[in-house]
Amino acid sequence: MVGITSYGAYVPRYRIRVEDIAKEWGADSESYKRGLFLNEKSVAGMDEDTITMSLEATRNALRRAAIDPNKVGAVYVGSESHPYAVKPSSTIIAEAINAVPHCHCADLEFACKAGTESLFITYGLVKAGLITYGLAIGADTSQGAPNDALEYSAASGAAAFFVGTENIVANIEATYSCTTDTPDFWRRDNQVYPRHGGRFTGTPAYFKHVHLAGKMLLEKTGVTPAEIKYAVFHQPNGKFPQRVSKMLGFSKDQIKAGLLAPSIGNTYSASSLISLTAVLDIAEKDDLIMMVSYGSGAGSDAFLFRVTDAIYQTRDKAKTTMSYVNERLVYLDYGLYAKYRDKIIIS
Amino acid sequence: MSVPKYWRNIPQRYRLEAVKCIKCGKLFFPPRPVCNECRSQEFETVHLSDEGKIVTFTVLNSAPSKFSYQTPYPIAVIELSDSAKICAQITDCDIDKLYIGMPVKLQMRKLSTEGDAGIINYGYKAVPA
Amino acid sequence: MREVAIIGLGIHKWGEHWDRSLSDMFIDVALKAMADAEIDKIDSMCVGCMTSGLFVGQEHIAVQLADYLGIKHLPATRVETACASGALAFRTGLAEVMSGLSDIVLVGGVEKMTDVSVEDATFALSTAADQDYEGYHGITFPALCAMMARSHMNRYGSTSEQLASVAVKNHFNGALNPNAQYQSQITIENVMNSTIIADPLHMLDCSPITDGAAAVIICSMETARKISKKPIVKVTGWGHATDTLALHNREDFTTLKSTELAAQQAFKIAGIGPRDIDVAEIHDGFSIMEVIATEAIGFFEKGQGGFAAEQGRTALNGELPVNTSGGLKSRGHPAGATGVAQIVEIGYQLRGDAGKRQVQNARIGLTQNIGGIGGSSLIHIMEAV
Repeated sequence: MVGITSYGAYVPRYRIRVEDIAKEWGADSESYKRGLFLNEKSVAGMDEDTITMSLEATRNALRRAAIDPNKVGAVYVGSESHPYAVKPSSTIIAEAINAVPHCHCADLEFACKAGTESLFITYGLVKAGLITYGLAIGADTSQGAPNDALEYSAASGAAAFFVGTENIVANIEATYSCTTDTPDFWRRDNQVYPRHGGRFTGTPAYFKHVHLAGKMLLEKTGVTPAEIKYAVFHQPNGKFPQRVSKMLGFSKDQIKAGLLAPSIGNTYSASSLISLTAVLDIAEKDDLIMMVSYGSGAGSDAFLFRVTDAIYQTRDKAKTTMSYVNERLVYLDYGLYAKYRDKIIIS
Repeated sequence: MSVPKYWRNIPQRYRLEAVKCIKCGKLFFPPRPVCNECRSQEFETVHLSDEGKIVTFTVLNSAPSKFSYQTPYPIAVIELSDSAKICAQITDCDIDKLYIGMPVKLQMRKLSTEGDAGIINYGYKAVPA
Repeated sequence: MREVAIIGLGIHKWGEHWDRSLSDMFIDVALKAMADAEIDKIDSMCVGCMTSGLFVGQEHIAVQLADYLGIKHLPATRVETACASGALAFRTGLAEVMSGLSDIVLVGGVEKMTDVSVEDATFALSTAADQDYEGYHGITFPALCAMMARSHMNRYGSTSEQLASVAVKNHFNGALNPNAQYQSQITIENVMNSTIIADPLHMLDCSPITDGAAAVIICSMETARKISKKPIVKVTGWGHATDTLALHNREDFTTLKSTELAAQQAFKIAGIGPRDIDVAEIHDGFSIMEVIATEAIGFFEKGQGGFAAEQGRTALNGELPVNTSGGLKSRGHPAGATGVAQIVEIGYQLRGDAGKRQVQNARIGLTQNIGGIGGSSLIHIMEAV
């Protein structure tokens, strides 16, 4: 058996409300709130970035299970906001958990799918017997251009997973990936903000790939939506995952626990993974969980997990994901938000 | 911060690597070659606890240029649960609600950068526990 | 060991001297000290300067200053222990005279701080703190002293008003000193209403950025008796101790262990105690530091320094006048020059030359100069003969 042996999430405490962004641009906040199910989004603090959030998520995973760092054979950080354009984030994480030097590290990028890619690759390496444990991270401090629709959703957060063969809390039952070349969203080199294809990001991009990956995973495993307790999808907003879940035959109850975009926005590479941690916080033994990510460009990774009874000895040792989502929040006005996210030209 | 200097301190900055005097048990962070209690030169490597409490603190309104965009920011001496003391900023806190004895936890944060193109200086900061 | 006398004093008006370089100021005070001693020859020179490299981009300044002083091939030494560099230069000069290595020594201190921006000056001063484990985290000297102040307040009940009373007293004295940077009186309200730099310290709790220099001429007692036409001031006690560089490595944040130890040494050598001191120059880089120093030296019980200042016990007309010159707060604080200026002030007081700020019947004086937050402390005791 190969699966998740521990997990951790991290969401910064800072939030900005959709109204407070809309107010600055004379936009209609209701269209974002009712139309896209977005209420507020998480904002990384001035001293936070993909690396610091990745490490805190990792440390939460280590609080849940004391994994010998010498046995961690791979560390992958998936993000579209690595603090360095050249110089890995993953080496810092590996060094911080003392998994160096006998370790394979890489930074991954595939728009919002980079996080599940790291999970996919560590799963493959553990399954092949090449490493004992792999650390898979998805994290982002994503940026939307001021006054762009993305500004209402681009958020910050991280999730980390140790993948191994012993003391598994969620077994990986099956995976499925699909990819096409679909330029729905991109950021050119040296550009600060991404561009996107507007409504083109919907049907030919998100819905096509998420639906395909989900459908193929169900077909491959012979599992019906009714047998799955929780379904988790990538959440560019609150609306898309609800619509795609309906297309795949899931009820609202099955996606409710993992639907975090209305509260924290789109955490990009961390989006589906943070939702997975929220589900693991409440799941019961033998529950089936389906997770489908989406990365613009475009592709989806789908996973089917089965929760084991090891979850009960593991999950209470670190802060729950929902406590990060709901507690000790600090609301920023647009000025502070602009300062925190480096939108002010100082020199 | 020059790159070699940053690199030499990575074990301390990322994972709180310290030394403990084998003879008298005194903890030193950062590691040092001679114990100032018993003058022994034999040490074992240990990792400091990431939990502690505030011993004293201040809130800076005036800072060196590298930190000036962060003002106001609190800085404190923190006694960790293994009795080692360190100096660190307190982040993600309400600066009006800090007090001596307040429990805190250390996290890695971005402390400063070497301009727009230089390295990023990571290190520990404390957050309210 | 030979006995040592101070026979010449030199200082100028401190402040922002846009038109004067480091050497301009130093040569000015060196010549004044030599004129005061009525000598035209010295055997060597010791200069205290904290960081001419960061402030004016020039190291090796002992050479430059000896050269500009016009004394060819003069043995010249520069010493550094942050803000106590001046007192360390004095101690180095003492050692030369006591040992017989030199007979007449010019001891000077200098710092030219306004050639750089305030931010760069703050950085230059902060290099006296532990750069890797304090400076790296964004700490400044006001912050370190503010943390000591908070500990002191927490343990002993000292108040911001008590700290402010130190600044008010020192400005009062500075207003009587024509060489002080600030010659205006301030009130407790002025201090309390000034900008908070690092809570609980206000702007007016902090010493300023200053350009300045000071110099003294010292020689063996034997030579002094032969050549000096002015009252002779004898150096009767000296102490020097260090402490951890970083604040967090100390056991107690409410005292200055190095000052305590240096004072004990100096009192023992002088054969006197704290009660015998008539006038003292104390390192009030921040108001809290004067409070803590007066306790560490033994003038007051631990925890009583703030109350003593508030009650006027350290005022010009109090039982122990402290910082009659205006202290670092009002006279100014050109880092490397401060320790020498303190000696100059005690020299004036013991000679009876302190003008409007003269302490009546001052016979024994003490100086306390610290580097950083007391990583180094130097104490000197002087007596009128």
